[in-house]
Order: sequence, then structure tokens, then C-alpha cells
Amino acid sequence: MSETSAFVILIAAIFTNNILLTNFLGICSFIACSGQIGTALGLGTAVTFVMVTTTMLNFIIYHFVLIPLGLVHLQFIVFIAVIAAFVQFVEMFVERFSPKLYFALGIFLPLITVNCAILGASLFMVIRNYSFVQTVGFGLGAGLGWAVAIILMAGLRQKMRYSNIPEPFQGVPIAMIVTCVLAMAFMGFAGMVSIQ
Amino acid sequence: MSNNKQPVCLSCGSGGVCRGRGFLTLKDGAWTNNPLAIQVLGICSALAVTNRLENSLVMGGALIFVCIFSNLFVSLLRNCTPHRIRMIAEVAIIATFVILFDQFLKAFYWDMSKQLGPYVGLIITNCIIMGRAEAFALQNPPVLSIIDGLANGAGYAVVLAIIGFIRELLGTGEVMGHAVLSSEWYTSNQLMILAPGAFFVLGIVIAIFNVMKGPVTEEKK
Repeated sequence: MSETSAFVILIAAIFTNNILLTNFLGICSFIACSGQIGTALGLGTAVTFVMVTTTMLNFIIYHFVLIPLGLVHLQFIVFIAVIAAFVQFVEMFVERFSPKLYFALGIFLPLITVNCAILGASLFMVIRNYSFVQTVGFGLGAGLGWAVAIILMAGLRQKMRYSNIPEPFQGVPIAMIVTCVLAMAFMGFAGMVSIQ
Repeated sequence: MSNNKQPVCLSCGSGGVCRGRGFLTLKDGAWTNNPLAIQVLGICSALAVTNRLENSLVMGGALIFVCIFSNLFVSLLRNCTPHRIRMIAEVAIIATFVILFDQFLKAFYWDMSKQLGPYVGLIITNCIIMGRAEAFALQNPPVLSIIDGLANGAGYAVVLAIIGFIRELLGTGEVMGHAVLSSEWYTSNQLMILAPGAFFVLGIVIAIFNVMKGPVTEEKK
């Protein structure tokens, strides 16, 4: 296991190794839901919460169930099942106990099951061989990093509505180009801290 | 199944549904409704693995394989899958084939498996495969579903190869590891291999597709 402290991993996962801007995970919902800052904020919060909890759950299942039983090759299907089940559970729980939160977050929860950043974070945790504390740091950092990126993007896209964009570039292409500039800006953090 | 009674069309083999419907399906998936460039689905992996042409080709092959077989099995089971649990059934089918491919890579191409890292597993959450299973295979007979899987997988693979080619060429001056642009007059642009280059090239590629199809997509909307 690597010796990096959980805090360093947290900072690195937000800035230098941003899961969206350097690992390209969760782009689908990033493009689809970055129209408004409010929406982006809701989705960002939901992703962060689900990411922290599912990486923790998957860590426990991977190290205490899959490895002892020699079922490591089933990790994909187990992880995705855990994520889907957890999201479903959270949705029911929130709907029952906090209708207000449900209306704010509820519509984003089903979207999260198919957000590849969530599954990606669990897979990175396995590949990088994190300890439990490191996993928590990584899950939190990756979720926050994703939230930061989508909120920034939403701000930029709100401004972009007033700009005169060439016709073929309208919609997704210009979003990709803006993301390119955003990714370049985040490259400025490189060298500050790093994880693999 | 009822389709077995009907004559099979020779040109496309699609259980008598057609008059060239197989071909139409093929064209629709690979070109008119290209999953990556027109519908903009499944771009995560398209960005992540395209830093080298070789990786892009392997990823494209993986997607074709998974898409064909998941479509086939979703289609075969479509009449006995309860509607309420169809999603989880689809995910289980897709994950099975992704695991098969992952094990194959690990057994025979360890280096490639290392390079693709988590992105092989992330094929499960690739919206193209889920989308085709949900939108096509659930309503259509197996043969047609195979063609649809092939078409969409191929459409995805081709765009992936284009992006991989551009990025490797501009980023390192090489194609498939062979030097093409001489380092005497071409200074390789590292940015192309890194993250921003991926976003940039994909943006440009989608814009070019938009120009080529311009009026058609407008009418459709």
C-alpha cells in the first residue's frame, strides 16, 4: 500500500488529479447537466455523497469478501450492484424522511447510477491499492473535484449564452472546447501534489 | 418465437422483418446516428483511451464485442424478462461480457490491460451499450439486434480511431508507434496526449460531423 497521507490524496484528487478533467470520468452528466449553477450544485453534492459512501462500501466488500473468497474477477459486477442498490436505498430513505431534500436532490439520484465517475473511483481505489483512510480521502476528493469542475462549467456556460458561437460549434462542441481550456487551467496545479 | 415462421431475408438475414432493414439499421447506427459524434454518448472512454491509436483500436474492439453480445442476449431474453427488473438484467448481461473481455486482456495482453486500467471496467457504464439494449434490443429480434450492436460498436470504434490517430500523430509524431513526422522539423505537442488535447480534438471532430450533417440534424430536431 502506498504511504501517501489521506489529506494529500484528498487535495490531489480535487486539483491535480481531478477525476473529470484529467481522468475524463462522468463527462456524460457533466455535459448534460451543466446548464445552470443550481442544478450543478445539486448534482455535485449528490455525487460527492454517493462517491464517498460507495467507495467505502466497495472497499469493505473488496477486502473482506471478494479477496478471501477469491472472487476478484467479479469486482465489476459487484461494484455496480452495490452502487445501484445504494443509490436506490438512499433515494427511498431521503424520500421518506426529508421530502425537501428529495425534491432538491431526488431527480439526480437515478442519474448517478450510470455516472462512470462513481464506478471509476471504486476501480481506482482497487488499482492504486489504497488503505481504508486513503480510500475515504480519495472518495471525498474525487467527489469534490467533480463538483468543482461541474459548477465552474455551469458558470461558464451561463455566460456563454450571450456569446456569438459559430453554428457547427453550438452545443456540445463548444462545451468540449471550454472544458479543454478549463483542463489547461487545472494543469497549472500540476506539481503541487501528486498521486501516481 | 413468431419470427421463426417468416422467411429469412437473404440480403440482411433479419428474420423477414426487412426489405433491407438490416442495412438500414447498420447505416443508422454507424453513420446517421453515430453514437459518439451525433448523439454524444459514451464520451468518457472516448477521451480517456485515445492518447494512442493502438489503445483506441482495442477499446473500439471491446465495445463492438460487448455491444453485439449484450444486444443478442437482451434480445433473446426480451420476452421473458419482467419489465420492472429489466435494467438490472441488462446491467448483469453487459457486466458479464465486460468481465469476459477484461479476463481475456489480462490473460493474453497484460501490457494493454495495464494501460487501459479502469476504463475496461467502465464499459459497463458506457451509455451506448445500455442505450442500445434499452432502445433497440428490447423491441427487436436477435439477428437485427446483432446488426444494431455491430453498427453502433463500429460507429463508436471508427470515431475513436480517428481521435486516437490525430492525438498520437500530433502528440508524439508517431502512428502505432512508428515515427511518421520527423522530429527534425516537427516538435511534438505534448498537450495533445494530455487531457486538454482530448477535449479539444473531440470538440473539433463533433463540430466537423455537425458541418457534414448540418441541415439533416436540424430537421430531425
